[in-house]
Amino acid sequence: MCLAIPARILRIEGNLAIVDMAGVKREADIRMVSNVRVGEYVLIHAGFAIEKIEEKDAEETLRLFREMA
Amino acid sequence: MKFVDEFRNRTIAQKIIKRIKEFDPFKVNLMEVCGTHTMVIFKQGLKGMLPENVNLLSGPGCPVCVTSQEDIDKAIDLAKDKNVIITTFGDMVRVPGTNSSLEKEKGNGADVRVIYSPSEALRIARQNPRRKVIFLAIGFETTSPLIAASLLDARKEKIENFFIFSTHKLIPPAMEALLKSKEVNIDGFICPGHVSVTIGSNAYKFIVRKYNVPCVITGFEPLDVLQSIYMLLKQIREKKAEVEIEYFRAVRPEGNRIAQELISEAFEVSDVRWRGLGIIPKSGLRLKKEFSDFDAEKVFRPKKEKSKENPDCACGEVLRGVKRPTQCKLYGRICTPEEPYGPCMVSSEGTCAAYYKYYKYG
Repeated sequence: MCLAIPARILRIEGNLAIVDMAGVKREADIRMVSNVRVGEYVLIHAGFAIEKIEEKDAEETLRLFREMA
Repeated sequence: MKFVDEFRNRTIAQKIIKRIKEFDPFKVNLMEVCGTHTMVIFKQGLKGMLPENVNLLSGPGCPVCVTSQEDIDKAIDLAKDKNVIITTFGDMVRVPGTNSSLEKEKGNGADVRVIYSPSEALRIARQNPRRKVIFLAIGFETTSPLIAASLLDARKEKIENFFIFSTHKLIPPAMEALLKSKEVNIDGFICPGHVSVTIGSNAYKFIVRKYNVPCVITGFEPLDVLQSIYMLLKQIREKKAEVEIEYFRAVRPEGNRIAQELISEAFEVSDVRWRGLGIIPKSGLRLKKEFSDFDAEKVFRPKKEKSKENPDCACGEVLRGVKRPTQCKLYGRICTPEEPYGPCMVSSEGTCAAYYKYYKYG
């Protein structure tokens, strides 16, 4: 139920965006994420972008995994 | 797929597990609160990879599963109105109520439609102005802002045939209820990542302060879960109790303010009944008075029948982490995903369904 999938913003029109979700183009409501730009990644839950994924934080997470392992 | 594949690296997973095994073999119970985590743990086979002393308990984080029998019965009653279109997320359809289910009512001619997003429910309302469209609003803090957004859209557009039946619930009060009951010993929480996107890590501070139980907010890929288990074990060994964010690529301490504002514009906190946990104070969201015209409960007044759960179904105990599905006498014998007796076997995120699909009798 609380599943949210990473998707890349392809186009923005007001509160709506077309996103690429694992190769599938879908419409998503982006009113909950401020200052999101084309090319950035968001988490999509039930047709809404619930948050932006910070690329540098994702890289940092992976670095922590590698460092610990 | 970006942000997915790199978090599923087998070699790194094995190395994290090696580190987990290096801890003293003290026995710990870690609860994954969220149903989506339960599915990741089973589907990716993480349970079997962990040492025996690390015991994972599934918690009350499957929204369909924790919906009370009364609310299921009310939803079924709402569906009986021939002028009503019920819109709902898929898992609700097959949950058995006291005497029927949405699926059975659909067989009897009820108009029940499975949708992916609340905005679809609103679209159906626009397309069917003569019918009344009720959205069964289940879910936690991840989902309630979306419902609030759709409701605000409906009000703005003056759509008069769109209604919400809210059974929304809040996660931190349920975690506190479990700790207060002392029925199971919980040494650490694997906290839900997407609920936390909305509420932020600050929302769990009272748990670590009051109950001294470590919390790690966790992402949904296998490496996220393993890393969080390591972080919890480290806290436990060092006798710490803090809120840490493993999933910091998406979760901030303060959460998503826009989402929080959407919730508080449409909803107010209320005491609600959970399956298996009873009434938990301030653990639900009901529509504010100013949205009474959109409130299916107030407009349609669904019948309150004498709701009864199947006495042999252990779903309630499973949701509290007291019983494993395999300890239920119905599990696997007569209760299966094809013919489920309780919501924990119906929902794709239910603990019984996860056991049955990936673990069977392990």
